[in-house]
Amino acid sequence: MSINPKTLPRPTPETRHFWEGVRRGELLLQQCEGCTHVYFPPRPFCPGCASREIRVIRASGRATLYSYVINHRLPKWIDAPYAIAVVELEEGPRMMTNIVDTPQTPEALVLDMPLEVVFEPVTADISLPKFRPARGGVR
Amino acid sequence: MTPGSVAIVGAAESSQLGLAPQVSQIQLHADAALNALADCGLGPGDIDGLACAAEWPTEIAHYLGITPTWVDGTMVGGCSFMLHVRHAAAAIAAGLCSTVLITHGESGRSWVGTQAMQINQASLAGQFELPYGVLGAPTMFTIPALRYMKEYGLSHEQLANVAVVQREWAAQNPRATHREPITVEDVLNSRIIAWPFHVLECCLVTDGGGALVLTSAERAQDFPARPVYVLGTGESVETPMISQMADFTSSRAFRVSGARAFAEAGISHADVDHLMLYDAFAHLPIYGLEDLGFVARGEAGAFIWERHTAPGGKLPVNTNGGGLSYMHSGMYGMYALQESVRQLRGTAPAQVPGAEISVCHGVGGMFGASGTVILANQRS
Ligand SMILES: [Zn+2]
Repeated sequence: MSINPKTLPRPTPETRHFWEGVRRGELLLQQCEGCTHVYFPPRPFCPGCASREIRVIRASGRATLYSYVINHRLPKWIDAPYAIAVVELEEGPRMMTNIVDTPQTPEALVLDMPLEVVFEPVTADISLPKFRPARGGVR
Repeated sequence: MTPGSVAIVGAAESSQLGLAPQVSQIQLHADAALNALADCGLGPGDIDGLACAAEWPTEIAHYLGITPTWVDGTMVGGCSFMLHVRHAAAAIAAGLCSTVLITHGESGRSWVGTQAMQINQASLAGQFELPYGVLGAPTMFTIPALRYMKEYGLSHEQLANVAVVQREWAAQNPRATHREPITVEDVLNSRIIAWPFHVLECCLVTDGGGALVLTSAERAQDFPARPVYVLGTGESVETPMISQMADFTSSRAFRVSGARAFAEAGISHADVDHLMLYDAFAHLPIYGLEDLGFVARGEAGAFIWERHTAPGGKLPVNTNGGGLSYMHSGMYGMYALQESVRQLRGTAPAQVPGAEISVCHGVGGMFGASGTVILANQRS
């Protein structure tokens, strides 16, 4: 699926580490040093307890398919129906993504199926974390 | 706010509803406002409080010639008008103003005098949702539904049936955009928009407007139409990102807003004669029935299937035909409020006999916000 530049993420000071991590092939989350809450999307404090004592952790990349739709009303730059999915990471947080390397059909996309992250380069600066059916290859 | 201390005394929709390419968005506000003022026999000079969402209050005040002492530009999406009613009732009760005009106008289909909103690519939604091919509400608001279907066994037929039942109500409404009967098979055979949602399970895209006039209950008898009293209200917000909604089978904003409104009104669910549940998509009335406590979790699909919300049922829901069949200009909450007022005045096209209490519940964004207004045609 090709991409419209108007839909690319524009990192902020608080999220730049995440996008730099994706460029390197790492999916980064944050964890509170106080209450141990693991959260996403990034912010420099814990949304659970408001502590500023947080650290960046690397996610395993393992996830399950939580919910999705298959979009049939296509934009000009995309040529076939595609799933817009929400996955649940092994560490707990959920994130929106696309499911790749599998047919974009209800039969192929079964809720709770195991997935693993892949990193899809889009531009020189931006790669996107996407997920494919698990092969056990993620660290 | 004391239940029943503030009343809706003027209410009207825009002169044209559905397709209005000859009217700009701000004029839809003004047209609806002038109709609502005429409904209660007031002029712009009588209004000292103003609330609106799709335009700035500054624009509307200047355009209509209003000098407000209280303004509310709360904009949380399609339920903004439920929040405006809540804020207006509090403002009137506190003496900040005496007579509030709430306006809405939206050139949602013709795009005259307005422009599409763009997601900020640096916002969290812009960074963490927009890159994955989301294209407006049909590709986002719908995402939790599949999870709900798995958790509770809601069938595709039960989801489709929401649209079928609402079309039955629309058939009784001369102003409804679509009035011809449909079947579950028709819905499931209609064009797929974002599977599992078909086009008949997605709201219409129309032009229109609506306006309300509120004042204190003491003055409410002085106007030509039967007053509709505000018994209780609630509001809340959860998240601007559908992917971060805490529970995909239930809206926190719905639960918080609904519970607050019922507590404030001091009524029980059995007291409710008529219910409006903002239906941008077919799963919304299902979440609404459950999160407001009318049925237990997971039971709403069967409840609608058993025709309890249909014409002749014990809990009439979305009696104008809803966003699925009546109209939906983008922010539908105003039109839901208008139908609740019509039902309590006894002037609805599909009138519920003897309706005394109506609950009007709205959503904003993609399960991002909520507002609930409980109305009655008796003061207490
Ligand atoms: Zn914490």
